[in-house]
Amino acid sequence: MPSVLAIETTQLRKVFGDNAAVKSLTLQIQQGEVFGFLGPNGAGKTTSIKMLVGLITPTSGRASLLGAPLGDRSTRARIGFLPEHFRFQDWLTAREFLTLHGQLYGMERRRLTVRIDELLERVGLTSFRKRPLSTFSKGMLQRIGLAQALLNQPALVFLDEPTSGLDPVGRILVRDIIRELRAQGTCVFLNSHLLSEIEVTCDRVAFISHGEVVRLLELASLNNGRITAVLRVGNITPEIASGLSTWAEDVLLGGDHLTLTVKNEVALPEINRYLVEHRVAVYEISPKRISLEELFIETVGTEGGL
Amino acid sequence: MSAIFVVARMTFVQAIRRRIVLTGLLLGLCFLAIFTIGFHMINTGSMTSLAAVGSKGIQHILDTEKSSGLFLAGLYAVTFLAIAMAALLGADTLAGEINSGTIQVIVTKPIRRSDVVFGKWLGFSGLLGLYLLLLAGGTTLSILAQSGYVAPHLFAGLALIYLESLLILSISMLCSSRFSALATGGVVFGLYGLGFIGGWIEQIGAVLQSQTAVQVGILTSLIIPSESLWRRAAYEMQSPLSGLLGISPFGATSVPSLLMVAYAVVYLLVILVLTVRVFQKRDL
Repeated sequence: MPSVLAIETTQLRKVFGDNAAVKSLTLQIQQGEVFGFLGPNGAGKTTSIKMLVGLITPTSGRASLLGAPLGDRSTRARIGFLPEHFRFQDWLTAREFLTLHGQLYGMERRRLTVRIDELLERVGLTSFRKRPLSTFSKGMLQRIGLAQALLNQPALVFLDEPTSGLDPVGRILVRDIIRELRAQGTCVFLNSHLLSEIEVTCDRVAFISHGEVVRLLELASLNNGRITAVLRVGNITPEIASGLSTWAEDVLLGGDHLTLTVKNEVALPEINRYLVEHRVAVYEISPKRISLEELFIETVGTEGGL
Repeated sequence: MSAIFVVARMTFVQAIRRRIVLTGLLLGLCFLAIFTIGFHMINTGSMTSLAAVGSKGIQHILDTEKSSGLFLAGLYAVTFLAIAMAALLGADTLAGEINSGTIQVIVTKPIRRSDVVFGKWLGFSGLLGLYLLLLAGGTTLSILAQSGYVAPHLFAGLALIYLESLLILSISMLCSSRFSALATGGVVFGLYGLGFIGGWIEQIGAVLQSQTAVQVGILTSLIIPSESLWRRAAYEMQSPLSGLLGISPFGATSVPSLLMVAYAVVYLLVILVLTVRVFQKRDL
């Protein structure tokens, strides 16, 4: 694992007037990691990203990107950014738009030409390359915006709501691109409302509420974590049910429904075998992973989203 | 490629694609057509009546005065058009892009925020230069073709008018880096109006020999030196006779000194530096 962190922030804070948009953000994100940033509207997600990419000056606290302090110009050449609410220079064609941004990255012309062709192909806009952005749909703009953020083959990419405005095909495209980026060792900082999206793409997530990280979670541990299962069974006695405590906790029998929690899904076939051996009819076993959504509500509460 | 140059070119292409150049060009051509027709009618219409009055020598002086007066009136209108263009271009550029969020993907690139300010300023300066060249050049050629008159110190005069438009552009960009486009427009035209009124108070004060009025005028010029640049330009380009007589509605009675011109240059540079400062500190 590389020793330099992709993102490191210490008590980063931003106050607008009397309102602390970000109270105290402390994060450590490794290079090559796909990191999800979750929180209700108004939790300070976009303000945090804006501080990191240098659009907003923090009120206090420290932060570094790829080992360099915020605002370091040469580091910005290794960073990509897709803002949330954007409007691009819509008087340019798709190709001209990417050329302009490649030039702003200081990319050499030949490398830029090759890269633009690659990216237009990747985001599915090759046949629209000569069309002005003013004729693009929201989804197409999102795609060209994503291409813009990847022009310089960045080591670190900030994507603020990259799938808003995208149809399901576009979402899958973004998901695949994020996977490719991870495979190339690019760190992705993903801000999204779509929890299912975060669930399938991210290595780790941070829940933020009122401008503070309230919970950090490895998604791998979420998947290997405790599982609650509901079983529909017949001919079961309380004695047989209590015997399940070898594999499960919180065993609850109600009519022909048996609810229990296991530490690992490997326990489920064991439970099935035990029940069958005791002549219990097993009609259904439905494991329920604790979804990110439930965790989100549990962590952040329901008062968010204002 | 230098970032300033990339931004300047982007600014230029933007102005062309968003039909700003086309609109300016059409309006400019309209102005030139009307000016040419007007000049033609005055020129030929008065020729016969005046020819009856005096000798050829007097006739020549009168012709020169007429051409000079009309030339300055034409350039006065050109200056106003250039200033309006400068104010509008400057007002929309930073405020507009901050508002739409376009600026977010520009300033997060490995460039300085000052590159954005200087690049845009250079792009617009180029546009304004071309615009002035078309309008002032057209006015000059129109009069030259019809009466053979060329104003003295033409290039010095045009340079001063160009400087005035750049001054307004810079003030407009400074306001635009902090306020909305609409507020910027209000502030810039308000300031320009202040300079305009101050200029006239100074002129009238000079004619009436009121030292206080002249000082009020100079004070306004220190707040906003745009009008004094025009008056210096008019002074440079006026005919020797009206210079001696000292009366001309578009000319200059109380002439701003070269020190005032130097002040305007320093003023412009300070405004540019302030624009960079304000834009650097602004949360986007």
